[in-house]
Amino acid sequence: MAAVRTSSEIGFNRAAIVAVLVVTIIFLAPIYWIASTAFKPRNLATTIPPTVVFQPEISPFVKLFAKRSQLRSPPTPEEYAAAPWWERVVFNGGEKIVRDGKGEVQWSGYPSRFMNSLIVAITSTVLAVGMGTFTAYGFSRFRVKGEADLLFFILSTRMLPPVVVAIPMFLMYRAVGLNDSHLGLIILYTAFNLSFSVWLMKGFMDEIPKEYEEAALVDGYTRMEAFFKIVLPEAATGIAATAVFCFITAWNEYAFALIMTSRRAQTAPPFIPSQVGSGLPDWSVIAAGTFLFLLPVAIFTFLLRNHLLRGMSFGAIRK
Amino acid sequence: MTQIELRGVQKYFGAVQVIKDLNLKIDDNEFIVLLGQSGCGKTTTLRAIAGLETIDGGDILIDGKPVQHLKAADRDIAMVFQSFSLYPHMSVYENIAFPLRATRKSKAEIDQEVRSVAKTLQITDLLAKKPSALSGGDMQRVAIGRALVRRPKAMLMDEPIGALDAKLREEMRAEIKRLHIKQGSTSIYVTHDQIEAMSLADRIVIMHEGVLQQVGSPDDVYSHPANLFVAQFVGSPVMNVAEASVTEKASAASVTLGDAAAGFEFPRALLSKLNGHAGDKLALGIRPEGVIVRHEAAEGFLPVETQIVEPLGSFDIVDIKVGSKMLRARTKSGFVSGPGEKVFARIDPAQAHFFDVASGRSLGVRL
Repeated sequence: MAAVRTSSEIGFNRAAIVAVLVVTIIFLAPIYWIASTAFKPRNLATTIPPTVVFQPEISPFVKLFAKRSQLRSPPTPEEYAAAPWWERVVFNGGEKIVRDGKGEVQWSGYPSRFMNSLIVAITSTVLAVGMGTFTAYGFSRFRVKGEADLLFFILSTRMLPPVVVAIPMFLMYRAVGLNDSHLGLIILYTAFNLSFSVWLMKGFMDEIPKEYEEAALVDGYTRMEAFFKIVLPEAATGIAATAVFCFITAWNEYAFALIMTSRRAQTAPPFIPSQVGSGLPDWSVIAAGTFLFLLPVAIFTFLLRNHLLRGMSFGAIRK
Repeated sequence: MTQIELRGVQKYFGAVQVIKDLNLKIDDNEFIVLLGQSGCGKTTTLRAIAGLETIDGGDILIDGKPVQHLKAADRDIAMVFQSFSLYPHMSVYENIAFPLRATRKSKAEIDQEVRSVAKTLQITDLLAKKPSALSGGDMQRVAIGRALVRRPKAMLMDEPIGALDAKLREEMRAEIKRLHIKQGSTSIYVTHDQIEAMSLADRIVIMHEGVLQQVGSPDDVYSHPANLFVAQFVGSPVMNVAEASVTEKASAASVTLGDAAAGFEFPRALLSKLNGHAGDKLALGIRPEGVIVRHEAAEGFLPVETQIVEPLGSFDIVDIKVGSKMLRARTKSGFVSGPGEKVFARIDPAQAHFFDVASGRSLGVRL
């Protein structure tokens, strides 16, 4: 190893740093744009040239969560003074918050769509990763007849672009009453993710030395106990990585959610753009909805970052 | 009191038979070493006893009861793996306590037993550490501790020190022996290292291609190898083996190696002890210490020339040429100055072995 770095090495290092910076900016620019637009007043969201310096506002988020309608006439000064701050923000934009007969504030469609997204994505991730882990363990540890063919079959379910089967799926779902239901989407996303989960977990399972379980078997445990006490903790890294991928796929899925759901079980991805069409598009509100939609994946990935980064070799097996 | 018996054990991997009709009886407190090259079936045999491998025929008996249908967990046997297989997510304490947690022992009992085993193995100060923080030798101590803590009927060890470096291996070898003498449990130990086998075993079981070759004490397999495989597998440096023809010559017998011009002199009794095999194709086996070399000519010594000299510290191994064959002789260090030296050699009849080339079997000649 050279003790003194040559000028070409230093030059290469600098070029690498610049390249990394450029790539990072390219990836982060759209996220910055969504985040900044989410805090812009409506009239600044679409200016040309774009407004970079502005007074951030919370109003897009208030509008995102409350059901609104156009004001026919401006509120009276008394009405304005009596309104809480979040209602005034809406008045300022020429709209009012819709209240029911008892004066209760009406929620917009967004919170329930967001909840639907959470229910569907979390449940389908748990199911896909859970079943995938068991299946992968079976393939990894036991002699399964036709193992290669079965694994190929599982993988082949990913070879077709899913949208190709959208119409037959839609007809089948309607026939059995699964359209616009949480269960329907959960089944769909679990099926999407399962092949991926099996293959990814098979890779991780193969990495875990058999001797761990064998030691546990000799130590007086059943295979099931060995699986839960020894294999699962060792597979945590793989499970975390697989879960992140499955969650992102289910969370971001757009096409099937658009076709299969309309109201009750609709998730956020098809809902957010549908708001573009109601009245004049309020890009700040759309950006606010998108910004909040980005958060769960970011938080989930952040929580699992140690597992994602940790290597598979723990140094307790000597080879 | 634990006896283990294998009766006609057969095992196939697909079409390949890896254990062929294995019969073996292991006594209580005995330290048995399964010795053989990799792929000879020794590890499979061990795993079959442990219950990690099913067998396709025969019986495995522990204390007279067939166990081949029992799960590993129900055989009450402990095993130390070559990779140690310490559970990486558990501390040393938890690793040792793990087998006890499968039983219905109370926390206090478990604690007491873990600490007592840790004390025996001198690893008490490591109990809180994770396996990844341990050295190879300490990992191995922990692995042994985990095996011992349950006081199993038998201890199985699959090349437990194969992954350690040479110096540590020697230390751990002594420690395993000390532990066996102190704890006295029936032990089966698998290795491909004949020095480990010789130093540890009460009896060595030598296997080759799934077939048991010889069972005997270290001295027995070294001094009286049953066949050519055992003769050449056990002992370092390796035993010389050369095709030989035996003829009658005056009052003695003469053993000629290959196409050599002259033969080595042997007692006449050899002819009768060969028992009619004298005309068959024979091989002579002689360990390097059985080839006697001197500088001066003497009765019974053949003139030879040295080829290569390997100084090994306490002794030298000298290659000498007899006809077209090379014999390796063990001499005092510095006895021969170098290659090309003229010396005189003789074969010690008492250390010579005769084998039937066709079957490889020893003819059992003892002079």
